[in-house]
Amino acid sequence: MNFKVEGKPVFAYTAARELDPEKPALVFLHGAGLDHSWFGLQSRYFGYHGWNVLALDLPGHGRSAGPPIPSIEAMADWVLEVLKHVKIQKPGVVGHSMGSLIALEYAARHAAERIALIATAYPMPVSAAFLEAARNNQHAAFDMETIWGHAPQVPLGGNPNPGMWMYGDTLARLRRLAPGVLYNDLKACNDYAGGLESAAKVQCPALFILGRRDVMTPPRAAQPLIEKINGAKAVTLDASGHSLMAEAPDATLDALIEFFPRRADL
Amino acid sequence: MAGPKYPGFDTLALHAGQSPDPATGSRAVPIYQTAAYVFRDTEHAASLFNMERAGHVYSRISNPTVAVLEERVAALEGGVGAVATASGQAALHLAIATLMDAGSHIVASTALYGGSHNLLAYTLRRFGIGTTFVSPRDPENFRRALQPNTRLVFGETLGNPGLDVLDIPALAAIAHEAKLPLLVDSTFTTPYLMQPFALGADLLYHSATKFLGGHGVAIAGVLVDAGRFDWEASGKFATLSAPYQGFHDMDFEEESGTRAFLLRARREGLRDFGACMAPMTAFQILQGIETLHLRMPRHVESTRRIVAFLEKHPAVEKVIYPELPSHPDYELCRKLLPKGAGAVFSFELKGGRPAGRTFIEALRVFSHLANVGDAKSLVIHPATTTHYRMSEADLKRAGITAGTVRLSIGLEDPQDLIADLERALKAAVK
Repeated sequence: MNFKVEGKPVFAYTAARELDPEKPALVFLHGAGLDHSWFGLQSRYFGYHGWNVLALDLPGHGRSAGPPIPSIEAMADWVLEVLKHVKIQKPGVVGHSMGSLIALEYAARHAAERIALIATAYPMPVSAAFLEAARNNQHAAFDMETIWGHAPQVPLGGNPNPGMWMYGDTLARLRRLAPGVLYNDLKACNDYAGGLESAAKVQCPALFILGRRDVMTPPRAAQPLIEKINGAKAVTLDASGHSLMAEAPDATLDALIEFFPRRADL
Repeated sequence: MAGPKYPGFDTLALHAGQSPDPATGSRAVPIYQTAAYVFRDTEHAASLFNMERAGHVYSRISNPTVAVLEERVAALEGGVGAVATASGQAALHLAIATLMDAGSHIVASTALYGGSHNLLAYTLRRFGIGTTFVSPRDPENFRRALQPNTRLVFGETLGNPGLDVLDIPALAAIAHEAKLPLLVDSTFTTPYLMQPFALGADLLYHSATKFLGGHGVAIAGVLVDAGRFDWEASGKFATLSAPYQGFHDMDFEEESGTRAFLLRARREGLRDFGACMAPMTAFQILQGIETLHLRMPRHVESTRRIVAFLEKHPAVEKVIYPELPSHPDYELCRKLLPKGAGAVFSFELKGGRPAGRTFIEALRVFSHLANVGDAKSLVIHPATTTHYRMSEADLKRAGITAGTVRLSIGLEDPQDLIADLERALKAAVK
């Protein structure tokens, strides 16, 4: 789905379906340097199971025009502008990594039905070397995101998605980015300072989906947020690293299905 | 600062794509000799069919053993993924059928395997896809042959049988300027000797029957995508960037971005054309890949010794091998193939066709057959076998004469190979 927000082209994957005002809505927010297709299997599932799906390309990512937005708070407000444009109120929000911080901030500032935070942490510090490589648009930054973004067994393991090479797929996505976009995203994560205050403001149910072998945002790093959100639940997937939607696609989807009930159950 | 490191080529050749089998602990890749897979329930079945979950449905579309091979080759090539096929020819056909419709056009190198030439020159023409063949020696030839309906630029990393070295960086620049992908047949070089994606190619395929397997026991192909080419931005590939009625109006590029090409190749190409790989074949090719990094240096080393021997032999008119200063692509070879120019090469015998016949029939260690890239050394006379359907003009353009003999150097003791050649050359000049 292509439209314009604040005069700039925006793309949202909708599982090739028109938005239906009778259906509940689920918004998917990708991580640093990535795009809507990072949620390919999961967003498609919900699109075919009674939900309006909006898997967004954030500005400067995928098919949405740049420039990228420099802070998590501003990204959350941009999501609100997008949802106003498509007349969606109080959606469920699913965010991965950087997208999880946007989802958190969105739920603190605006009305959300439920939020699912995948591979999250607070704070979400980015190492100086990683930031510097990204700032200089060095390929080393892509390498760090690729290697640290997956569980250690990934290069030697089997991809649940037949025939695909997870490292190669991540690298190919990052190589399509305009210069500066990855740095923008990493800096936004690194600079985000209001996580605990925002978590305390969240009034809707929250689910954390974490990867036990995540080296970027290890499960313990999500604990401060889990403790701040009243009634938050957490699921930890044993075999996965940071890229849960690719490394453990079925378990991630199952956790989301359980958390986001069908329309009839709402 | 020392950043994180990727596993090395040798490690990937042994491990990529496989964890020890979770059900049995099997260290070797199990052969999943099954046509289909039991669904957990009806919803699981529907989700698999609609691509909402990862997994296997039917072995024509995917199979766990074949998936290990696909992932391993993708890892060795630096691609996003791969689709394994019944043969190298099936991989070429799958690439073309995924990219274009009737009315499209391909610009291809003249220096192609005879089967590829047939497919492009005769068979695909019947289906409305035309090809212009150009000499790969000057990349500008490709630019001059581009048409508004061109959808693909295609060549072999090392042309068959003249061993023209494809100038991939130059050709990729020309293709990309025209918003077209570059496909290369990487069979002769393997990912050990050259990684075409690092040089700019967008798609590649192997006849895995050859060096990847290395044992000559299985016919196999594999098609790999770098995930780099932006099909949407090109605006020329409706098969990948417009709704497809054959899959619920899926727009493959919109659905999966970097994986669009492979998604359509698998979900349409394997589904409808059906040229899939059998699990036993995948297992056999995997056994070969596990030693690719050990075999290829030996292939190259023995080839160099035999090339040096033939170059000095009075019965030999000339040896065609890109590592020789006499080869027109010598400098390009040094640049693009620093680990070696492979183990397949040609030479011209003095005495033409009669001498060639005598020579081939006098060999004892070399096997006379239509294959290359085996652990055993092979010999063939292209003009009467692999390229015999080509016209005289096409043969000349491909650099083949009546006296051309093609050798594929195996892993035997190189002294035995030289002795065999020496004996046969002596017989040929009698």
